[in-house]
Amino acid sequence: MNFASQLLQYTLSGITIGSIYAMVAIGFNIIYNSTGIINFAQGDFLMLGGMLVVYFHKTLHFPLLIAGFIAVLIVGGIGIGFERLAIHPLKNPSVITLIIITIAASILFKGGAMFIWGKDSFYLASFSGDEPIRLMGATILPQTLWILAFLFLIVIALMCFFRFTIIGKAMKACAYNRKAASIVGINVNNMVLISFALSALIGGLAGVIVTPITLVDYDRGSLLGLKGFGAAIFGGLGNIGGAVAAGIIIGLLESYSAGLLSSGYKDAVALIILLMVLFFRPGGIFAKKEVQILKSF
Amino acid sequence: MKKFIAFLIVFVAFLIPLSIEAKDPKSYKIGGVFAITGPASWLGEPERNTMMMVVDMINAKGGINGVPIEAVIEDTVGDETKTVNAVKKLINSDKVLAIIGPSRSGTTMAVIPIVERAQTSLISCAAAETIINPVKKWVFKTPQSDRDAVVRIYDYMVKHGITRVALISGTTGFGNAGRGQLKDIAPEFGIKIIADETYGPQDTDMTPQLTKIRGTNAQAIVNWSIVPAQAIVAKNMVQLGIDIPLFQSHGFGNIKYVEAAGKAAEGIIFPAGRLLAVDTVPASHPQKKVLVEYKTMYEKKFNDPVSTFGGHAWDAMWMVAEALKKAGADKEGIRASIETMKGFVGTGGVFNFSPTDHYGLTPDAFEMLTVKNGKFVVLQD
Repeated sequence: MNFASQLLQYTLSGITIGSIYAMVAIGFNIIYNSTGIINFAQGDFLMLGGMLVVYFHKTLHFPLLIAGFIAVLIVGGIGIGFERLAIHPLKNPSVITLIIITIAASILFKGGAMFIWGKDSFYLASFSGDEPIRLMGATILPQTLWILAFLFLIVIALMCFFRFTIIGKAMKACAYNRKAASIVGINVNNMVLISFALSALIGGLAGVIVTPITLVDYDRGSLLGLKGFGAAIFGGLGNIGGAVAAGIIIGLLESYSAGLLSSGYKDAVALIILLMVLFFRPGGIFAKKEVQILKSF
Repeated sequence: MKKFIAFLIVFVAFLIPLSIEAKDPKSYKIGGVFAITGPASWLGEPERNTMMMVVDMINAKGGINGVPIEAVIEDTVGDETKTVNAVKKLINSDKVLAIIGPSRSGTTMAVIPIVERAQTSLISCAAAETIINPVKKWVFKTPQSDRDAVVRIYDYMVKHGITRVALISGTTGFGNAGRGQLKDIAPEFGIKIIADETYGPQDTDMTPQLTKIRGTNAQAIVNWSIVPAQAIVAKNMVQLGIDIPLFQSHGFGNIKYVEAAGKAAEGIIFPAGRLLAVDTVPASHPQKKVLVEYKTMYEKKFNDPVSTFGGHAWDAMWMVAEALKKAGADKEGIRASIETMKGFVGTGGVFNFSPTDHYGLTPDAFEMLTVKNGKFVVLQD
């Protein structure tokens, strides 16, 4: 096997893993956009989506499509419940309080999943078989194409949502200035609720489609959440297109450093580059300076 | 004077129950320290279950010499500090006669100085060679050593003409220890290690590492890991179209990993205790009876597939029971009778302890297994 096809393989591997990070990063951004907080339970939405689809598909034997649909809806419901029970009741909370609440929720979701499904890893068959697609000496799994397709759809849908619908615009307004948004008649509470529902839905959907590649266990969300958070910061918080690009860049960095340097330094290389970006461009690689000043992070 | 009398009364009052207990114990207290929750819970949970099961079995038959066993079990969460505290509590406040566990090599190493000082036998359920090498007076272990697993794998490779090997291992204590052994022993067998890759326990994609290995002329891959992520290696190999044999460690000995890897698991070769392939162990084998007994009892009681890890606790608990039968509530006597135990048939193998060997097994305790139609079977060669 020659070096070029090896390089292509690293690239494809990087895109696979990077698109998963991107999915998580999008979820971070939606909630950040309307509340200004980081939802540390985002990775656990993904884990719940994966667990639920395995439960409905393999334990209750629902067809995959229906099982996936139900799983995503339930995770969306969990997101709504989480917002109504834990975020909404607080009067004038500080950002830091809210973030700590999301950390608590993350621990709760993990513990709950461990209690219900135990500590084992679960596996879901790929949507369209495990036969790899060959491409000039390199291979890619059909499941990766599914992930990329869904990622593309989600990004398009979200961009349309934020640009062309009144609710989307209202959510963006909340992100820029909550007080001003409520003065012009936007129901800020509802926007926060919608943002949690939306990011839980996306997290759940991500869980359903990445499980055939990553396997799922109760703790699967932690590291994916962290990497996704890195991608969200890297691309500039709140910037959805940036998150996708950053997720894939981080995936590529990991893959190249594992393949070309040493697998032991894989995470280190990705993190060092992340730190460098934050030193020199604290708003992320795609941010404009003026935009950065308006944000609380 | 009054004060002195008062002191004397209190002192005597404390002394009486102690002396009564020492002469005529109501129960034999045995401690258990397992990682029941936390990241190593898949080790600690079957160990705890098994220890409780064995204690119930013994007590249902009237205990040992008419004295029931009382198990005092602590959760370590797989954490060194918590394990040290748990062992101190067992020794100082519960006054146990012997301790079974801990589940992990790191936590075992952390408590060795404590049990040595307190002169209490510890029978570890962790695998690392360093636990019993060099020999510590009060420390034993029941799991087969990773060194022996490596010896079995290399033996097999030499027989099949494999000399160039690529390593890929998880960056956990288990993975690191195995990686060290694999590299140390390779020259003895004339095996060359031509790639040495690692992956984190939470990693989800190992294709970069495997692509690198694919670029070498390795004749086989050894994947040394104990975390679920090891199943992904097998899947990624299929994706990349790598068709050289895949060897795994005894850490692959959990049928759930086979389920996770699906078709990619077929043909994986790994050394393991015979417990995993009870059905294919010949009836004439000395371990057959105990293996069948443990497997049927455990699976009936807990409705969960048996794992070798619980087997380590089974072996340890029966060893302690045997020692108690001879020595009674005498800590030094218990230690001495474990140390001189010969031909003890457990789930891990046939143990022969001696003052210079607190491990008691040989590479023979491992059987080479493979995966066939989603099941573990003994490898026929």
